[in-house]
Amino acid sequence: MGPTDRTLRGRVAVVGIGETAYYRHGASPDAEFKLALKAILAACNDAGLDPRDIDGFASYSDDRSDASRLAAALGTRRLRAATMQWGGGGGGCCAAVANAAASIVAGLADCVVVFRSLAQGQYGRFGQTTGIDTISGEKAYLMPYGVLAPPQRFAMRVRRFMYEHGVRQEALRAIALASYHHAQANLRAVMHGKPLDPAKYDASRWIAEPFHLYDCCMENDGAAALVLVPEERANEFRHKPVYVLGAAVGSGYRTGAAPHNSPLYASASFETVASDLYRMASLGPSDVGVVQSYENFTGGVVMALAEHGFFKPEEANDFLTLENLIAPSGRLPLNTSGGNLAECYMHGFELVLEAVRQVRGASSNQAARSDVAMVIGGPMVTPVSNLLLGSGGTL
Amino acid sequence: MSGKASATYLPNGLPIPVAEPDGLSAPYWAGLRQSRLLVQRCRYCQTWQFGPEWICHRCHAFDPDWTEVEPRGRIYSWERVWHPSHIALTQHGPYIAVLVELPHVGGVRMVGNLLGDPTQEVVIGADVEGVFEHHPDPPYSLLQWRVV
Repeated sequence: MGPTDRTLRGRVAVVGIGETAYYRHGASPDAEFKLALKAILAACNDAGLDPRDIDGFASYSDDRSDASRLAAALGTRRLRAATMQWGGGGGGCCAAVANAAASIVAGLADCVVVFRSLAQGQYGRFGQTTGIDTISGEKAYLMPYGVLAPPQRFAMRVRRFMYEHGVRQEALRAIALASYHHAQANLRAVMHGKPLDPAKYDASRWIAEPFHLYDCCMENDGAAALVLVPEERANEFRHKPVYVLGAAVGSGYRTGAAPHNSPLYASASFETVASDLYRMASLGPSDVGVVQSYENFTGGVVMALAEHGFFKPEEANDFLTLENLIAPSGRLPLNTSGGNLAECYMHGFELVLEAVRQVRGASSNQAARSDVAMVIGGPMVTPVSNLLLGSGGTL
Repeated sequence: MSGKASATYLPNGLPIPVAEPDGLSAPYWAGLRQSRLLVQRCRYCQTWQFGPEWICHRCHAFDPDWTEVEPRGRIYSWERVWHPSHIALTQHGPYIAVLVELPHVGGVRMVGNLLGDPTQEVVIGADVEGVFEHHPDPPYSLLQWRVV
């Protein structure tokens, strides 16, 4: 077997997706672990699969719903793969899929659930940091100065990028507007029925300049899951299979140099990861019809899209307009479910499910070109990850 | 409680920095207590390194030396924070955090607050100098910055 044989391209397929209702933080009537179970059962039901046939679980960001507890609760016949992606934020939302796919391709497992369950109302909000007396490590150089929660931890990175490339606030705004636009057609979306327009964005309060309120993701309760099987089983299930065309994980040279000492600072961390993805998939940016790009903050999306080659940083102001970013026929329909800003902050896993829907042709904001769908996970953290999904016709 | 709220840039009650259980950053925090800025420099290849690590990332020599440097630099990036992410900041109003690059220390960067009017215009590239901010109880020190 040569190096070119070592690929995920076309080797595994997503055959089921499912999620719970999506709630504002604190509004879930169900415990976090119960949310995980509900999402997994929904994904199995979507596939037409007996949940007892699951033989692996994959997640990220230290998900509290432990694989062995899930296997015991569901009575799966045996557990063969249990992978947790290192790193926080949503940087692992595609890596978890990659790890599950790798487990299958390597022959370790045959039916792996990838999921994220998160009830911020039950375990603490990401946006609040009260209750910490002393702090060590990276955060010790930040928190005493009021650089506490994610908005403050990422605003300076985006500010530097805007400074280096002349990116205007309107570019960030267009990303928020696109997410809210798409959420109005998505009944799952927490912000369904709550449209956003430029005046409302401009008048919204600053969280940490350059982030207005609407540049920041929500905090939610919920769970989402998908089922992966080997390509030879892809057609045994209810829906048209959606194939993994490529995935990549990681970051470039010393991206993890803390605090704020990564050599390439004004970056979303995809310098090396984007090219790895395109190489595995044998595709380029012009082949991609629709993109779901993790929005912790809109500024991270600007950087991530540029690093994936959809435009040069200097072109961001021209490319990032509402018309260009909306389904069905914008130049690059973006975050077509509403994503972290307006559907649900399911830590990016709602974006993976939306990419599957796009390839199936089942999105509430279906893109005109959707045979190849991209997901970009967790800009500005490390490791980050990304994913290309495609229909059978793309293989 | 001292009641001397103006002695520090931000109110009391934010997390207090302490060295890790393994002591990696202890010399840095002890240095700030004495109004000295210490940064790691490899004694073999002279590479500067911040934050600290047990190894030089360039030549892999262990335990880089702690070297005193002049606390001056230039603003590399900044943010003005309005939303209180901690109860100690409720009703406090905006404050500025800056990322300062130290060109004479291999370009390492440090985060601090920019002293002065929190609504001031901030210019990337502006020269700044360090100001040691000592907290009495419990005792710890921070490094703040002001435009020169």
